[in-house]
Amino acid sequence: MEITLKKGIHDPQGSTVENALEAMEFKNIERVRMGKYLELYLAGLSKKEAGHHVEEMCRKLLVNPVIEEYTYTLEPFVENDMTG
Amino acid sequence: MKFGVVVFPGSNCDVDVYYMVRDVLKCDVEYIWHKEWKLQRFDAVIIPGGFSYGDYLRPGAIARLSPVMKAVRDFADEGKLVLGICNGFQVLTEAEMLPGAFCRNTHLQFRCSYTYLKVENRNLPFTREAQPGSLLQMPVANGDGNYYVNEAQLEEMNEKGQVVFRYVNELGEVLPQANPSGALENIAGVCNERGNVLGMMPHPERASDTLFGSEDGLVVFESMMNYLAAGKG
Repeated sequence: MEITLKKGIHDPQGSTVENALEAMEFKNIERVRMGKYLELYLAGLSKKEAGHHVEEMCRKLLVNPVIEEYTYTLEPFVENDMTG
Repeated sequence: MKFGVVVFPGSNCDVDVYYMVRDVLKCDVEYIWHKEWKLQRFDAVIIPGGFSYGDYLRPGAIARLSPVMKAVRDFADEGKLVLGICNGFQVLTEAEMLPGAFCRNTHLQFRCSYTYLKVENRNLPFTREAQPGSLLQMPVANGDGNYYVNEAQLEEMNEKGQVVFRYVNELGEVLPQANPSGALENIAGVCNERGNVLGMMPHPERASDTLFGSEDGLVVFESMMNYLAAGKG
């Protein structure tokens, strides 16, 4: 899942990266926005249940709705996916 | 009259606040470990600054799940005084006991510097001793002090006197140069609608003794003490 700052919320990290890229003469950069990426490994749930689960976790902890929004995708995984 | 100072793993201004209450204010004070859930013996609770749970996920996001925070919420619901300083302010917004949220400072620096504050609401248990028109000099020390709240709520807060402190220059002017973090409308401190929960980014406990270069922060604690002494706690 990806958590980003809502549209209109100033993202100083994104702006700094954008400026750095421009200083390196990378062209055509319209905007850089930075966010967080999370991998959640859930077991024993249907896809629909997993979706409900993720949304509840977002609502209760993972996302601050005052400043952030999120998107997520659901995929099956095998044991080897869980690195680290 | 008894003050409590909440201690999370990662709190680092707890000792400063404890010192200030005991040795400067001369009041009874006790630490409250974050696993505690009984606060009946206290008249006021202070959530100090620091990096509770390493600021992981978002500052304050994990701390607000501690058992003590449920008790702090009940405590506030009874009308008792709760003061959150710096990370304590972030915890109170994450716990939705205060409106708004915090983003990274616009300049991305951890900013540690003195600021001047204008007191926008002097009718609170936390500000009743502030002189009209006086400016308070206190230091900030944070990387995520960039206060944000949506426009509709900001308007409501301004109307209801919930914006308590603003960053100003030494002449009392609200200017971008006086803003250490990029906080919306130079907001440095806000309270709940009832006025018994205050959050502020600057550190009054670091400006409460002549040794520290400023005693202006003392007004916050003296206001609380006098409010409680008057039996309104």
